[in-house]
Amino acid sequence: MSKPVDHKKEVLGDGSGGFAILFFLLGLVASLIVGWVVYPKLLYSQKNQPVDFNHALHIDLVDEGCESCHFFREDGTYSGVPKLAQCIGCHEEVQGETKDEAIFVEQYVKQGREVPWLIYAKQPDCVFFSHVAHVKAGGMDCVTCHGHIGESASLKVYEENRITGYSRDIWGKNISGLKTNTWDRMKMDDCSECHEEKGVNATSVQTGKGACFVCHK
Amino acid sequence: MKVSRRTFLSIGSFIVGGAAGTALSPLPWKLTDDLSIWTQNWPWTPMPERGEVSYVNSVCTLCPGGCGISVRKVNDRAVKIEGMKGHPVNDGGICILGLSGLQLLYGPTRIKTPLKRVGEKGQGKFKKISWDEALKEVAEKLGTLRSEGKSHTVACVSGSACGTVPQLLKRLLTVYGSPNFMSVPTMQDAYAVTLKLMHGVDACPGFDVENADFILSFGSGIIEGWGSTVRMFKANSAWQDKKIKVVQIESRMSNTAAKAAKWIPARPGSEGVLALGIAYMMLRDGLYKKEVCDSAAGFEDFRKTVSENYAPENIAAATGIEKETIESLAKEFAGAASPLAICGRGQGHTPGSQYEFMAVHALNALAGNINKAGGVFTVPDPKYIAWAEPELDETAQKGMSSPRIDGAGSETYPHAKSLLNRLPPAILSAQGECPVQALLISEANPCYTLSDTQTVKKAFAKIPFVVSFSSYMDETAQYADIILPNHAYLERLEDAPAYAAGLSKPVIGLSKPVVTPQFDTKHTGDAVIALAKALGDKVAAAFPWESYAACLEETLGDKWKSLNEKCFAVVEESIEAPLQFFKQECKPVFAEGDEKQYPFVLMPYDSIRLANGFIGNTPFLTKTVPDTVLRKNDIFVEINPKSAGGDSLSLREGSAVMLTTPKGSAKVRVHLSEEIMPGVIAIPRGLGHTAYDKYLAGKGINCNELIGPAEDSGSGFDAVWGIRAKLSSVSI
Ligand code: SF4
Repeated sequence: MSKPVDHKKEVLGDGSGGFAILFFLLGLVASLIVGWVVYPKLLYSQKNQPVDFNHALHIDLVDEGCESCHFFREDGTYSGVPKLAQCIGCHEEVQGETKDEAIFVEQYVKQGREVPWLIYAKQPDCVFFSHVAHVKAGGMDCVTCHGHIGESASLKVYEENRITGYSRDIWGKNISGLKTNTWDRMKMDDCSECHEEKGVNATSVQTGKGACFVCHK
Repeated sequence: MKVSRRTFLSIGSFIVGGAAGTALSPLPWKLTDDLSIWTQNWPWTPMPERGEVSYVNSVCTLCPGGCGISVRKVNDRAVKIEGMKGHPVNDGGICILGLSGLQLLYGPTRIKTPLKRVGEKGQGKFKKISWDEALKEVAEKLGTLRSEGKSHTVACVSGSACGTVPQLLKRLLTVYGSPNFMSVPTMQDAYAVTLKLMHGVDACPGFDVENADFILSFGSGIIEGWGSTVRMFKANSAWQDKKIKVVQIESRMSNTAAKAAKWIPARPGSEGVLALGIAYMMLRDGLYKKEVCDSAAGFEDFRKTVSENYAPENIAAATGIEKETIESLAKEFAGAASPLAICGRGQGHTPGSQYEFMAVHALNALAGNINKAGGVFTVPDPKYIAWAEPELDETAQKGMSSPRIDGAGSETYPHAKSLLNRLPPAILSAQGECPVQALLISEANPCYTLSDTQTVKKAFAKIPFVVSFSSYMDETAQYADIILPNHAYLERLEDAPAYAAGLSKPVIGLSKPVVTPQFDTKHTGDAVIALAKALGDKVAAAFPWESYAACLEETLGDKWKSLNEKCFAVVEESIEAPLQFFKQECKPVFAEGDEKQYPFVLMPYDSIRLANGFIGNTPFLTKTVPDTVLRKNDIFVEINPKSAGGDSLSLREGSAVMLTTPKGSAKVRVHLSEEIMPGVIAIPRGLGHTAYDKYLAGKGINCNELIGPAEDSGSGFDAVWGIRAKLSSVSI
């Protein structure tokens, strides 16, 4: 007759428990590192703007703040990123001594090529966003959504999500998706947070429709 | 390899730890979000490009409705077509075809370069050639025929006879030496003959639908695309709002009938008889405008004919409508302040019988509402095309004096300007050499739209040289020897006279290029001028313009500037139209086929969701077709359940049957519907294409394959409205 097996002893007594905990911790730490550090690094590619731009310098030279260059057209549409036409008045010839200025004038102004600026706040194609409704009708300032970019001396690196192709600014710098300032993220929840808070009850400027279609095409 | 318990536990713990850590990191949540966005951005998902938005005003030419459009563009790409606000025809509205026109501009069915046939005729096999080669080949062929004294054997089929491009084609034929210019007839032509016979004027019909207060429609698809679709939709809504009564006489309950205050299903083909039955009552009870009619020429004869032949007893039997109904209809019609009777079946894209048109127009005449608010108007030609008479050389004079191949204008057919329906039989019945040696086709698809398409195709295959100007690879283009593709409709500058809009004043539209031509195409106007120049001498001299654009600008003269700005011009012109009652004997048109052998009557019906002319359906339009009309590639015919239960056939919804007419057979499916008279089978018009692209070809049956032409004794037009048919079982 064989001896009954002492299961309890076999499980704990050979030190397996220690190993299990150790490996559990190893797995935990490794995946935390992957999730918090490696993944964001892999997810975003880094691109520099074709030319650097000093917002702070320009804002001192213009009269109407951001709207001097990022203006509304007569029909209320928003011009977005300035075109060469707006720069050409001053930058027909090289101003100052920076390398970027020389590149800008030589490679773009003189050749009549538009600068392919990378747009940090570009929204998906399925949304309508009307600047005029927010800025003119809603009385919001640029900082609420775009932060203090107007005070920066140089353009930050543009990070592009390799899966979606969108700018990192939409999800926000913080990979956890948490935000401190209103301008930290630009996802749909951030829009609706404000819309809810302000009790926005408007219909779409473009289509006149309500509910989802206020923003969505 | 044996895995020890320890290894197993370690790996397991690592995985569990990894899973826990992953769950505590943003990775799964962020990845889910990113992946869902990734699926929205697949490269094959169409996305409008970003850029500067602009609008270009133009005129839609997809049907003769003449709507103004406003096309939204992003950079040089047109992205949306909207109705133009303030336009006299459609004031901001647009129909479903006009809305989806971008699919015709950017879709795969466009012809991108000049082509030369390499396969059999009709096979659709072509090779690319250059414009120089193509024009040279056509000019050489035309030159040879002319020098052989065969200029009169050249014919041209144009989608319309109005506008500078059709007129340039006609001018080319004239100076070249051929009288054989033909256009695709519609109800406008039947109306034009009616107005000529009853008022002695050359005019288009106008209908003051906005001011009418009782509408009696003899099968006109008011919201099926009759007249100018958008305008009629608006008018119909306004009538509903103002509680204006619409009475629809039609054997099938179309959308128009369903929305009408009253639907009167009359026996198919008896509409003209019914109109004269109503006229009988109006005359009998003195319910007509005596001050207008009594003095009109031929009135007494008309009164006599009607009184003798259209007594209510006869009419009730012929139409299947009770005497009392006819009586109350007559009272209501005559009692209204501005009653309006209209005809032209469905969309009115086929001319009806002269008998029916004159009978319906007689009702308007009796009600005294010709050229009155809320009535029918005689709209004169805007006459803006006033080119100098061309000088004809001897060959041209000789050619022009030979009889027309279609017989239009001859003693037998004195009223019609052209009779396209008579072209195929003329070709097929000719002995020896084909009487048409060369054919030019512009904006028309007769191999699809004419009755009995099989015969039409046979005739086209016999024509030695066919030149198509089509922008699309349609059924007729497949029979071409050379294709000289026109720019698509949003790519070209052209006048678009809104003769079919039915307004009380003539309206000229200007269709402007919204985008630059995408392919190696050429404006037909320019191609015609180039051909004339290549033919030389007097032919060239008749085309002094450098380009079509220059010709158009010169033609429009002082209208050019304002047309260029607004895209439309209302011409303040009217025409006196003295009333005369017709003397000519007209007969109703009956359905072909023996009643015993073919117990049913098959009638095509029009739908706003099916384009059935030169322009084929857009994929978007096809998507809106319900599955009681088209399911996958199967076409459904409508039939009343009462007629479906015949002895051998007990048909159920969706049953497959063989539909046979004297012209042919086709397998169809059955849609049982109470909304159609028993004994009638309705088949949708606009399906069954064999050409174009995969979005259009192979879907259902072309009703014109089953229906033969029925020549009208009065005008000579094909006035077919149906054919006798039978159903037999079929194994699936
Ligand atoms: S009704 Fe005719 S002209 Fe008007 S939008 Fe529709 S297709 Fe174009």
